[in-house]
Amino acid sequence: MDLLGFARGPGFWGAFAVFCAGVVWRIVSFALLRIRHDWNRPRAGLARSVAGGVLATATRSYPHREFIGRTGAGEALGYSYHLGLFAVVLLFTPHIAFLGGLVGLRWPGLPSSLITVISVLTVGLFLAVLFRRVTNPVIRMLSNFDDYFSWCITMLVMATGIAATAHIGARYETLLAVHVLSVDALLLWFPFGKLMHAFYIFPSRALNGGLLSRKGAAS
Amino acid sequence: MDSTAEGLAVGEMLRRHGISRRGFLKFCTATASAMALPPWMGVAMAEQLHGAQRPCVIYLSFQECTGCLESFTRSFAPTIEQLIFNVISLDYDDTLMAAAGSHAEAAMAKAMKDNFGKYVLVVDGSVPTGAGGAYCAIGGRSAIDTLRDAARGACAIVCVGTCSAYGGIPFAHPNPTEAWPVSAIVGDRPIINVPGCPPVPEVITGTLLQFVTTGKVPDLDEQRRPKVFYGNTIHDRCYRRPFYDEGKFAKTFDDEGARNGWCLFELGCKGPTTYNACATVKWNGGTSFPIESGHGCIGCAEPGFWDKGSFYTPQSGAVWGRAGEAGLRSVVEVGAGAVALGAALGVASAGMGRAWQRRSAAGERAAPGNDDIKGG
Repeated sequence: MDLLGFARGPGFWGAFAVFCAGVVWRIVSFALLRIRHDWNRPRAGLARSVAGGVLATATRSYPHREFIGRTGAGEALGYSYHLGLFAVVLLFTPHIAFLGGLVGLRWPGLPSSLITVISVLTVGLFLAVLFRRVTNPVIRMLSNFDDYFSWCITMLVMATGIAATAHIGARYETLLAVHVLSVDALLLWFPFGKLMHAFYIFPSRALNGGLLSRKGAAS
Repeated sequence: MDSTAEGLAVGEMLRRHGISRRGFLKFCTATASAMALPPWMGVAMAEQLHGAQRPCVIYLSFQECTGCLESFTRSFAPTIEQLIFNVISLDYDDTLMAAAGSHAEAAMAKAMKDNFGKYVLVVDGSVPTGAGGAYCAIGGRSAIDTLRDAARGACAIVCVGTCSAYGGIPFAHPNPTEAWPVSAIVGDRPIINVPGCPPVPEVITGTLLQFVTTGKVPDLDEQRRPKVFYGNTIHDRCYRRPFYDEGKFAKTFDDEGARNGWCLFELGCKGPTTYNACATVKWNGGTSFPIESGHGCIGCAEPGFWDKGSFYTPQSGAVWGRAGEAGLRSVVEVGAGAVALGAALGVASAGMGRAWQRRSAAGERAAPGNDDIKGG
């Protein structure tokens, strides 16, 4: 078996199994933890608490006027590279063929040349995010190995993908194998690092919003 | 095969055949052009050929379908006639030669003896080693014995076709004859691989011609293929490449995209990982190549192409190597087990977490001044 065969054969399926098991493990172990009972009389009923949770998920997902000077740049960067990532992962035809093969569905993609442009821009945004992390004293203090390693592994996937598409550095199948291996590595790391925010971010916002609504706070 | 030409230089022999200097130069230039060599190589080729003796070539066919030889005979530049009558002395080919039986084997033995260390050995087909080599025997000798014997006196070995280069279909799982490529059996001679199932005719004749005219093994890639023919992927040179870049793909073999000539990537074309000259040299004198005829590349010039899953699975397909199985089924099989394991681990972790929460809450209640804490 060659490297490419391993990467998208046993390597991928092993990583996929770890990814599934790890994500479910993290979610179930978190969801089944006991929430400390709030003995205060609720200021809002269940329906309003749920609505407050949904509202908080929305209102905490865009920059507020009061803080836009301090948080606007970070949020713009964050949204931009996430959108870039989604476009590259979900709308590049070879990726659609890959994902479509997994789930049995196909959808239209973007032109490959446009995806190349988006990929390069996304890599640039990734570098900007790293620059901001290491130059901003507060963010630097809050960052740990997890942040940098998650950045590195995501960047590796992007860089190897661009190299494979543009045939830079080695033969196509070698570059494709390295790219798929980097995806395998990302799947392996995903449940155990901060990449899990993909699953946690909206439920945690909703939960916080719901609990605060119960206490009568506006979302 | 042409005994009257023995000992004559190529130039002299061509003159006797009535071929003019101008015609000879045109032939060399056209051949250099077909091989994508620089223009001056045509002149150099002519100079080298003019004074050269026709080199002896021995063509051995082992475990194969004769498709490679069929392809060889359909070369347009140079033609097989030009090659074997004017440039090389094809002293043994059990399919093409007039002689048969003991006479044919005697011709090979004589050619090997007379040209020891100088002849070019062309091998077509894989070499079976199972059952003591009994799966392929010619003239009472097994293929592996014949190959070892012939390789001993060869100045170079040209493996024509994927079977001799990488084992090909006989080598594919489960490989019942225990077939091997030539490179697994002969390790002490220069080997030039010309893979393909079959190879492009002009790539076979061009490689042979380049070797016999320059006397040097051409620049090879890591798979021992001449870079001049195998330096680019079919995808890179494909006329449908612009459609790939535009994101226009045929979804089935008879949809509008297929009729418009859009990229066949989603129909399993292996062009992106296949290095060959199909898209540039093409077939039948440059008429077309498989992709031009509407079918994706099957990657036949790459090692192990027969064992790499379905020809109709896209190159980046996740279910590569699981030909015939639906991806969704694989996802469910692998994912369901993993999810069950993860859920079990999650319940166990939550149980431990809750125990810790209870101990923590009890500790808080027991702490002085926290008597009002009722629950946790």
